[in-house]
Amino acid sequence: MAKKVALLQGNEACAQGALYAGCTFFGGYPITPSTEVAEVLSVELPKIGGKFIQMEDEIAAMASVIGASLTGAKAITATSGPGVSLKQELIGYACIAEVPCVIINVMRGGPSTGMPTGPGQSDVMQAMWGTHGDHAAIALVPDSCQEIFSETVRAFNLAEKYRMPVQVLYDEIVGHMRERIEFPEPGELEVFDREAPGVGPEDYKPYDSTKGQVPPLAAFGSEYKYHVTGLNKADDGFPTTKASLVDAEERRQIDKVLDNIADIESYEEYLTEDADVVIWAYGSTSRSARYAVNELRKEGIKAGLFRPITLWPFPEKRTAELAKQAKAIVVAEMNLGQMVLEVERVAKGNCVVVHEGRVDGDPLNPGQIMTKVKEVL
Amino acid sequence: MAYDYEKSIRPGKLPHIWCPGCGHGIVMKGLIRAMDTCELDRKNTAIVSGIGCASRLPGYLDACTLHTAHGRAAAFATGVKMAKPEMNVICCGGDGDGTAIGGNHFIHACRRNIDMTYVLMNNYIYGMTGGQFSPCTPTGDLASTTPYGNPDPIFDISKLAIGAGATFVARTTAAHPREIDKLIVKGIQHKGMAIIEVIDDCPTTYGRRNKFRSVIDMMKRLKAEAVPIKAAAKMTAEQLEGKFLTGVLFEDTEKPEYTAQYANVIKKAQGA
Amino acid sequence: MAERYELRFSGAGGQGLITAGIILAEAASIIEGKHAVQSQSYGPEARGGASKSEVIISDAPIDYPKATIVDACLAMTQEAADKYANGIKKGGLLLIDSDFVQNAPEGDFIVHRVPIMRMAKEDIGREIVANVVALGAVIGLTGVVARETGEEAVLRKVPAAFKDLNKKAYSMGYEKGKELAE
Repeated sequence: MAKKVALLQGNEACAQGALYAGCTFFGGYPITPSTEVAEVLSVELPKIGGKFIQMEDEIAAMASVIGASLTGAKAITATSGPGVSLKQELIGYACIAEVPCVIINVMRGGPSTGMPTGPGQSDVMQAMWGTHGDHAAIALVPDSCQEIFSETVRAFNLAEKYRMPVQVLYDEIVGHMRERIEFPEPGELEVFDREAPGVGPEDYKPYDSTKGQVPPLAAFGSEYKYHVTGLNKADDGFPTTKASLVDAEERRQIDKVLDNIADIESYEEYLTEDADVVIWAYGSTSRSARYAVNELRKEGIKAGLFRPITLWPFPEKRTAELAKQAKAIVVAEMNLGQMVLEVERVAKGNCVVVHEGRVDGDPLNPGQIMTKVKEVL
Repeated sequence: MAYDYEKSIRPGKLPHIWCPGCGHGIVMKGLIRAMDTCELDRKNTAIVSGIGCASRLPGYLDACTLHTAHGRAAAFATGVKMAKPEMNVICCGGDGDGTAIGGNHFIHACRRNIDMTYVLMNNYIYGMTGGQFSPCTPTGDLASTTPYGNPDPIFDISKLAIGAGATFVARTTAAHPREIDKLIVKGIQHKGMAIIEVIDDCPTTYGRRNKFRSVIDMMKRLKAEAVPIKAAAKMTAEQLEGKFLTGVLFEDTEKPEYTAQYANVIKKAQGA
Repeated sequence: MAERYELRFSGAGGQGLITAGIILAEAASIIEGKHAVQSQSYGPEARGGASKSEVIISDAPIDYPKATIVDACLAMTQEAADKYANGIKKGGLLLIDSDFVQNAPEGDFIVHRVPIMRMAKEDIGREIVANVVALGAVIGLTGVVARETGEEAVLRKVPAAFKDLNKKAYSMGYEKGKELAE
């Protein structure tokens, strides 16, 4: 049977991806350019008995998502830069309390209110370092409507599997543009459901890592009673200031991501095998870069594209290899120099690393990238 | 026979962090008695708090307990209740937590009239951080950040809750322990947002600075200033000067409860 | 058809040009099975201002989703013409509403003038279908999708009660565009 197809906006595809993943709760606050995610879910969630709530502010939206997730629901919120800034407090809470949830950031420009209807990619460092304290982060950066669908599904899988907040960042261009998407059949994409506690209520400890780096999370309102706090805690969930316990928990929460990079990492390469210049780009900018690569190849310039789909944890290994192979890496992103800092760090001087940015509300176009590539060669 | 509080308390979690003379323990006991009276299944009860001395309360109780971030209890609790409306949801916390940093969540939880019981311990001060003034510190009083007397006007929490749309609002004090559980019971039984404001004492950071020589003095003041709402009806404005009303201050059983309203949304969406 | 064909619809916010772009993208990608990307840019105004919607149609997957060199451009207002009727390729097409765009931008492209709003208002009787007249004209002029595909996409988008009205608007626009193309 032919698959269901539709012309969908990126934001609509995101909502559909969430439903495919089994999401039953959305808590949000209206903000451009992300509102279509909320609008679609306000229609669709009640149809499946799920819940949609528009909260009083961005912080409350994040709080409601964490609260819902603790009852066992797959929960999501969608926002943009100013909202993500407000949510940072509770993104940190979800990190330390290890509560699965998905945060969609449809990136616009600016600090502050910036340019609400213009695209940007300037929240990418915030996705890693926005909330205070040491923590791991997972951030995914799809570049098409189809990929927004599948990466939203993957975001839920990773959130549930690693028991942590996962962010999906795409810029306004991809969020608002429409492309044909094919709806995957049920079962076609992996859907990971939260692991059930392996022990009975009497023996349950919400942070007992003796059987694995990610302890199973019981649901509130089931047979399990336990405590959740934003304080440093011991394996039983209760606050502790005992140095060895605090240290072990903090490290475990980071290691659960760093030790599983092979599972979390995702990237795409295009014509990098013989590339003299690798364009390192993500989200809508990678589409400009692909266009640029094709044009440059026509001119005899050996250009290639490296496109991270998982942006955090940073694709260190492959970026380092490319730095050894290529003469130069051009990092193209709609900001004034963010991921380029990471690329420079892992390139370790093995090749020239330059940045091509743009923050005026217009997309970073192929011509700009081509000019930069020619400059660097 | 002494009341069995221990079955409600998590083993090994006492002693609590509260100072001698603090009223939070009285409130906790009242909450335990109220939950017992209502026969709340603790497995199906979420107790949610923010940050501060009062917000440590859930950690001692054997239930699904959620100690959140500063001010955010009502917002987390809303997520819990929306996702699982069959759960009993109780919030607790202090005045600064609930009405300053958490003020927005507090009023909107009241507005939605979502079914939960919020026990707000108002001890006029930020105790945990060392006694800074809160939105409930009486004007003129001393706090660590009002060395010349507090210039701020105060929030009347109960009036705020009524104005914001809560459908059950009651007030008592830590000096009226029996009334605490009676009011919490009514709050739990009420279908909608119930605010139970308990005027509480903080001998360490408020009493000490404001010339209360002992906890007894503070309790005496609570008793002196509390006027049951029925008694107040017979008193003049002059007689009520410097007093506050206690008992059930407001009750509305007509306004729809939020999760029930959302159940109607689900029915509509499913074409029923 | 060229590997990549770029169209831009521009006018005032509220004129339905984003919808016109979406309909064209549906015609191309959902009905004809080509690749299409529709995007838009807009300001804070829900009504008024200048808005644009771009559609890229291609036989191959589309990378850069915005226009690079525009094959065909529509401008419904002077403001839109001033702001968005640029980047049109040599020998490309510019369709303007002859009543509202007094000063057509100059360039190495062919300008066609059609009183789109007037046709919608006087010949169809409803200004609201001006975007469908415009869409018909653009399809007639460019042949970027088949006449029938465009019509089907329009009809999929409108409520039953308005199907005849929109069918008429589309046909009238298409005929006009086709006539200009010949």
